[in-house]
Amino acid sequence: MADPMKIRASFKDGGVDLRILMAHEMETGQRKDPAGKVVPAWHIQEVVAAVNGKPVIKAHWGPAISKNPFLRARIKAAKIGDKITVTWVDNKGDKRVDETTVA
Amino acid sequence: MNTCSTRVGADVVDSSRRLAMQATSSLGLFSALVSIGMLTPGTAAAQAFNNAAFQAKGIVDTMKALGAAGAIESKDVIITASDIAENGAVVPVGIRSALPKTEMLALIVEKNPNGLAGAYDILDGADAEVQMNIKMGQSSDIVALVKADGKFFIARKEIKVTLGGCGG
Repeated sequence: MADPMKIRASFKDGGVDLRILMAHEMETGQRKDPAGKVVPAWHIQEVVAAVNGKPVIKAHWGPAISKNPFLRARIKAAKIGDKITVTWVDNKGDKRVDETTVA
Repeated sequence: MNTCSTRVGADVVDSSRRLAMQATSSLGLFSALVSIGMLTPGTAAAQAFNNAAFQAKGIVDTMKALGAAGAIESKDVIITASDIAENGAVVPVGIRSALPKTEMLALIVEKNPNGLAGAYDILDGADAEVQMNIKMGQSSDIVALVKADGKFFIARKEIKVTLGGCGG
C-alpha cells in the first residue's frame, strides 16, 4: 500500500481550509525507460474528500497532475471537530484512505 | 528522455523495433501495450467519469468531450497562477468560480499531450475553489472551465514554462 497522505484541515474565515499531500509517482505514460520502452501511465484517477462520511468534493485526475500531488480545497460546510476522510484510487486500482479532524 | 513531444503511439513503434533488434523480452512489450490499452478499464468501477475527456487533445476537443462546446468567457472564473513557471513538472494553479450553483471545475492545458489535467465535482458543502500542481510540457495557454447552473464558462491564461515538465 502506498504511503499515507498528509492532510491538514484548519478552520478559518468561516470555512475549512483543506490541504492534502499525496505520495504517488504520477507516471505520465509519455516517458521511456533507458531500454526505450514506454513507462506505462500510473496516476491517481479519483480523489474524494468527505466530511463526517458525506462527500463534498470529488477530483478526477489525468496524468498531468504533478508527482506527489497536492490538492487544496475550501469546505464551507465543516467546522472544528468534524472528521475529514480523503480517499484516492489510482489507475491500477490501488487505493488509500486517510482521515483527520478539523482543528 | 526527451519524450515530451512524442506521442504514445510513436513510442510503441519505436520500442517494438528496438525490442526486435535486441530480441530481449517480448513480454515486456506485451505488458507495455496492455497497460497502454488498459489506461481506462479495470478500475472503471472506481471512476464513473468521462474518460474520453482525458484522451482528448487541445482545448476545443477536450471541451467537446466534456459537453462544454460553446462555453463563454466569464470574469467570474478566476485562475490563480504565476505568469512564468520555472519548473514545468510542478506548476501551481488555482481555479475559483464566483458563479452561483457551480457544479464542476476543470483545468485544461492546451499544449499538453492530453488536454485535461483535472476535473472537480463540487458537491454540496464545498466552495468552488481548488488549487493543485500540474505538469506542463511547454509554455501554453491554460483554460479553467466551470459548469454553473447547467451552463459552461471559461477563463484563459498563458503560462510560460522555462523548463519542460515531462521528465518528472
